[in-house]
Amino acid sequence: MSKIIVMTSGKGGVGKTTSAAAFAAGLAQRGHKTVVVDFDVGLRNLDLVMGCERRVVFDFINVIHGEAKLSQALVKDKRIDNLFILPTSQTRDKDALNTKGIGEALERLREQFDYIVCDSPAGIEHGAVMALYYADEAIVVTNPEVSSVRDSDRILGVLQSKSKRAEEGADPVKEHLLLTRYDLDRVERGEMLAIDDVLEILSIPLLGVIPEDQAVLRASNLGQPVVMDNESQPGQAYGDAVGRFLGEDIPHRFIKREKKGLFGRMFRRSA
Amino acid sequence: MKLLDLFRKQPASAPAARERLQILLAHERAGREGGADFLPQLQRELLQVVKKYVQIDDDKVQVQLDRQGDVATLEVNVELPETVPEQKRSA
Repeated sequence: MSKIIVMTSGKGGVGKTTSAAAFAAGLAQRGHKTVVVDFDVGLRNLDLVMGCERRVVFDFINVIHGEAKLSQALVKDKRIDNLFILPTSQTRDKDALNTKGIGEALERLREQFDYIVCDSPAGIEHGAVMALYYADEAIVVTNPEVSSVRDSDRILGVLQSKSKRAEEGADPVKEHLLLTRYDLDRVERGEMLAIDDVLEILSIPLLGVIPEDQAVLRASNLGQPVVMDNESQPGQAYGDAVGRFLGEDIPHRFIKREKKGLFGRMFRRSA
Repeated sequence: MKLLDLFRKQPASAPAARERLQILLAHERAGREGGADFLPQLQRELLQVVKKYVQIDDDKVQVQLDRQGDVATLEVNVELPETVPEQKRSA
């Protein structure tokens, strides 16, 4: 049975698209047939982060409006088997989305894919609600910062009241917290909310912690999901998060300062 | 002066962030959960009624719904100006 996952946050700029790209790539790397769908109509960026911007001909909105076949709009990733991208329209706006059209398209994607990752637009209005409506599971992307945590709380409220599962009284959408841009130095100096602070406030299970790192910008510059950069901390942290999502028991990394001797401390390079 | 600032440690701000969020979200969740979305409307109408009799500022009527277990408490707080009793007598 295939699963629909929404990558959502309420607040903009916290790393939804980066996380959707990394997560989808990580699922595909582990052999699951995965498609990542851009719901940010009018502000298409998933194609750019995935590095397939020049191969987009038809899009999700064309499919919903019957102007193109699904097979025409799906872009196959050239680096990772089992990974596909469904880009969105650059010219229309979010009103082009409706539950009926999305439902039909997702039903057909379910026939072909194990995982359907929906990259939500920011906000709590129509576009964001459309992205989460059919979700089985939600990954709430949060920065350790007051406005992001507050907006995550609001989007959790939306998931619990406006998703299809909520409307039909079915099992609720399963919620996961993905804490991104975590800066251990600043947490240790008491300048940034710690993992436990955010967990206590939002009280949903922690899927992963992605450290603040230059590898994320580098990956988007190159159009490569950061999970492909196995050397980097964010790449490894996203890989771990995917493993946890699939039920593996993986301890969290990069959330504590490893003890270093005097020598190590003297020559510690900032990450 | 600037040089001195370098050595002065700023107090940790993360605890303040946590505390502010806890208070704010407790309030926002109370307004959201259990169909209490009528509260803003109730607050406006109560204000109108009170204003028919006493001149008060718009922020002097507060309503809050608290839920603990099976019990829900609706708290209505109306703050009257100190001069009210005299006005009443003269009316």
